[in-house]
Amino acid sequence: MKLSRLTVMVTILSLLAAGIAFAGKDLDAVKKKGFIQAGVNGNVFGFGMPDNKGVWKGLDVDTARAVAVAIFGDASKVKFTPLTAQQRFTALQSGEIDLLTRNATRTLSRETKLGLNFVTVNYYDGQGFMVPKKLGVKSAKDLSGATICVLPGTTTEQNAADFFRTNKMDWTPVVIESTSELAQTFFAGRCDVLTSDASQLAGTRAIAPNPKDYVVLPEIISKEPLAPAVRHGDDQWRDIVDFAVLAMINAEEMGITSQNVDKMLKSKDPMVQRFLGVIEGNGKALGLDEKWAYNIIKQVGNYGEIFERNVGVNTTLGIERGLNALWTNGGLMYSPPFK
Amino acid sequence: MSNPTTKATREFLKPPVTEVGVIGWLRSNLFNNWYNSLLTVIVMLLFWQLIPPAFSWAFVNSVWNTSAEVCRETDGACWSVIPQNINFIFFGFFPEDQQWRPGLAMVLLIALVVYSKNRNHWKKSLGIYWLINLVVMASLMYGGIFGLPVVETDQWSGLPLTFMLALFGIVAAYPIGVILALGRQSKMPAIKTLCVVYIEMIRGVPLISLLFMSSVMFPLFLPDGVTLDKVLRAQAAIILFSAAYVAEVVRGGLQAMSRGQFEAADSLGLNYNQSMRLIILPQALKIVIPPTVGVLLSVFKDTSLVVIIALYDVLKTTKVTLSNPKWTSYSTEAYIFLAVLYFICCYAMSSYSRKLEKELHTGH
Amino acid sequence: MQSEPSITPDAGLQPSAAPFWRDPAKRAIVFQVAALLLVASVCYYLFTNTQANLERQSIATGFGFLETEAGFEIGEAMVDYSAADSYADALLVGALNTIKVSFIGVILTVILGTFIGIARLSSNWLVARLAAGYIEVMQNIPVLLQLFFWYAIFYETFPSPRQALNPFNGVFLCNRGLIFAVPEAHAAHTAMGWVLLIALVAGWGLNRWGRRRQALTGQIFPIIRVTLALCLGLPLLTWLFYGAPTAMNVPELQSFNFKGGITISPEFSALLLGLVFYTAAFVAEIVRAGIQSVSRGQIEAAMSVGLRPGQVLHLVIFPQALRVIIPPLTSQLLNLTKNSSLAIAIGYADFVAVTNTTINQTGQAIEGVALIMLVYLSFSLSTSLFMNIYNKKMVLVER
Repeated sequence: MKLSRLTVMVTILSLLAAGIAFAGKDLDAVKKKGFIQAGVNGNVFGFGMPDNKGVWKGLDVDTARAVAVAIFGDASKVKFTPLTAQQRFTALQSGEIDLLTRNATRTLSRETKLGLNFVTVNYYDGQGFMVPKKLGVKSAKDLSGATICVLPGTTTEQNAADFFRTNKMDWTPVVIESTSELAQTFFAGRCDVLTSDASQLAGTRAIAPNPKDYVVLPEIISKEPLAPAVRHGDDQWRDIVDFAVLAMINAEEMGITSQNVDKMLKSKDPMVQRFLGVIEGNGKALGLDEKWAYNIIKQVGNYGEIFERNVGVNTTLGIERGLNALWTNGGLMYSPPFK
Repeated sequence: MSNPTTKATREFLKPPVTEVGVIGWLRSNLFNNWYNSLLTVIVMLLFWQLIPPAFSWAFVNSVWNTSAEVCRETDGACWSVIPQNINFIFFGFFPEDQQWRPGLAMVLLIALVVYSKNRNHWKKSLGIYWLINLVVMASLMYGGIFGLPVVETDQWSGLPLTFMLALFGIVAAYPIGVILALGRQSKMPAIKTLCVVYIEMIRGVPLISLLFMSSVMFPLFLPDGVTLDKVLRAQAAIILFSAAYVAEVVRGGLQAMSRGQFEAADSLGLNYNQSMRLIILPQALKIVIPPTVGVLLSVFKDTSLVVIIALYDVLKTTKVTLSNPKWTSYSTEAYIFLAVLYFICCYAMSSYSRKLEKELHTGH
Repeated sequence: MQSEPSITPDAGLQPSAAPFWRDPAKRAIVFQVAALLLVASVCYYLFTNTQANLERQSIATGFGFLETEAGFEIGEAMVDYSAADSYADALLVGALNTIKVSFIGVILTVILGTFIGIARLSSNWLVARLAAGYIEVMQNIPVLLQLFFWYAIFYETFPSPRQALNPFNGVFLCNRGLIFAVPEAHAAHTAMGWVLLIALVAGWGLNRWGRRRQALTGQIFPIIRVTLALCLGLPLLTWLFYGAPTAMNVPELQSFNFKGGITISPEFSALLLGLVFYTAAFVAEIVRAGIQSVSRGQIEAAMSVGLRPGQVLHLVIFPQALRVIIPPLTSQLLNLTKNSSLAIAIGYADFVAVTNTTINQTGQAIEGVALIMLVYLSFSLSTSLFMNIYNKKMVLVER
């Protein structure tokens, strides 16, 4: 009896000990534990969601993988924590996660009041409206009196309120926590309009019983720069995350893909050589292996590749590059020089 | 009655057909007076209206294991959503080639639960079996021995997570609950106040607020750099929550004990610990076994709330499956499947609790 | 008594010799101080940690955010609210919504639960089995799952506003909810409300008087009928006195939705039905147990003194059964109130849902969760207080 009680105690204590993780500064902590804990959405198809094998897929997921590659040279050295909108910032503040890649909009109050550092935007989005075609609505200005489906507690909810206030129109919100349920209620006709980031509208339209019955209205009522975030306090960690995203953009600018990256190692262009670590220096400056950028492109791909793989025109979502095209193609994706 | 012949004939006459057999049963149970007859007719009409369409939706026009594309063509239920995604719904992130491990662990658990249902098996050895089983299950799930690859706890999800949250929720809550109940009965004012405040506070707030607390507040309580796994935090919230309910159940048992027992223990010269351990608790805890199963039942149902804090229990894995564009339209089928799953587990527990109540009741 | 051993016999013989740890009274004090210190130090530890964390991360703290503009809309509000109002206003709207769904839910649950509990004991086999089946199914499926279910049924099966069902004049049923006409605002309605209140008070007074008279003379005063007549008749007279205003605020279909009338939203209905159907199963079992606790002899005795079946139920069974029913019923009704926090899963703007949005927007999780706990705790404690008073009254009836 005594023995078994002791065993129980030991079991409980060791379980607890297994769950508690100690850490120092963010980067050291990450290196010491050997993987990155990344907070992701878990519900948004194309950005962060497990497939039916339990494998995480999405643009945000790949961004986190790129950071893992930069540090460990291995895309599998990242663990994902699905977070609700409510949990995401505290999880980061408390150090439960090292990195937040959960389609979060960069805003002033989040940087300041919540103590977060957002890095380079990995998806430029904007809020729009989608309506059934049969309503015959042509503009968001015609939506007075409508019932509108909206996700709670996100900038979306506030933007919609602001838009209708500015235009002195009435509306009734229907606020549902999960994206998939929100879409279902919208298709069933519980609300006239669905408002969300344009990327998600496209995704939702794609899964409609009959996508042709729905139109996305031309107005984009907000700017939603979705960016990965880290917490205040470790600038080196922040730089690594930032440049991991930029490396993917830069690679696309230089025409380096996961297919041709090995060939590009032999490139005579000093810019490419510096970027891929043939000419050393960048890695040391960030405190990383000189091959870090090469590894990201090799294992994860350049920005164009992860975009097309997760959300691009050939996926269920079928999103055009738009704002997310390179600056050379009329988009906003622009990388500072890697030197 | 005075006529002697009546008595003779009576022995040979069978009761009228309207009193026995099917008709008699119908008369006495369904049509014994006018409003019961009316009720019966109404209920029958309702059945007639509802059952045939429901039956043809669920069984006749339904498809069972097809792709999502075939589902779109059918009028009936698309049960395919379950078998096509069963691995994820049941085991979540557990690596697919290793999923026999949680499967086997659950079979072991169910086998032991069935074994424990028989009261003849309630001996010390049963506790040891449970302990062994828990260790075996944990090592099966975690791996690292016998060449099994390690599977981290954050990949434990789906049905095993639901069972784990419920099982540890009650196992760990039980001793805490007993201590709280004793504290509440204590004559030391400070102890009593602490226990009463704790119990009433926890019972006064919804579980969801504790889960919010565990998920968004608790990380800020710990010193910088120390974090506790999300699942463990939710588990802690469930334990702290159910402890208050266990405490109230145990208090019921303590109050049901006759004063004579306390006095007898005192008169034997036993101190507080001895009298509680040897006399009072063994009896009180026996009385409260059925309601404790009731607490386990509600803890089991309540684990479904972790879906709100994005833990991947079986309800959440089902919902994730439904977020996949292909399967979004078949939520009804998926929810019915889950409802049946929960019902089987809960019904087994509740009917067992009732059976136990009857058995233990006759003992007194 | 049971919590500590009685004074040891040798204590009287050699009072000075007993060291203080053998003295139960002193030991109790030491024990309590230790427990209090432990709790206090744990609290202090958590508090300082939190303080340090918040400061280091420069996270905003305090309840100052309550005054700032909320900036989000709420679908259904019992008081005037717009996005320009403060977070405090938004939270008030949420709290009122919680009260609304809990209050209506409690009433409906008691009615449905009693009904099913009685049906469970029906002599009609079919009805009794049906009630038993209902109880089993409802009790054994998590309420959250049931809520998802009901909500799906509401938005999936009802037609769009343009094809709204119109069973009666002025009543519309569609996936925007149940919309019905209400009388146009008129001074008469306020007056009628006051008169109804007066009638209720009068009914209560009559009830007391009637009971006393019954106790003295044995004559039964038809209290229910008289009160009912008062409650219906007096407001009707007031209405006639004001000139019988009949103008109605009839809902009309505009570009998207119905304007006018009153709308009961699908979210509210789904939450209400889910909670009521779930809790009623538990209440039914409580009612059944309560009725069965009244011994057969009581009923036979009541019938043998010539009481009619209605009187047997009203005068003999219920007063006794209620004593068994009230305590577990209270806890079930409190459960309903607490379960209403699941509204967040199906989009009803209850207190938790509004607080959730607030936490997301301000990032002040600690304050938000503290508010949730505080509000529910005050609901629960005030309900148990009220029920305890009622319970004491019921118990006192015992002679």
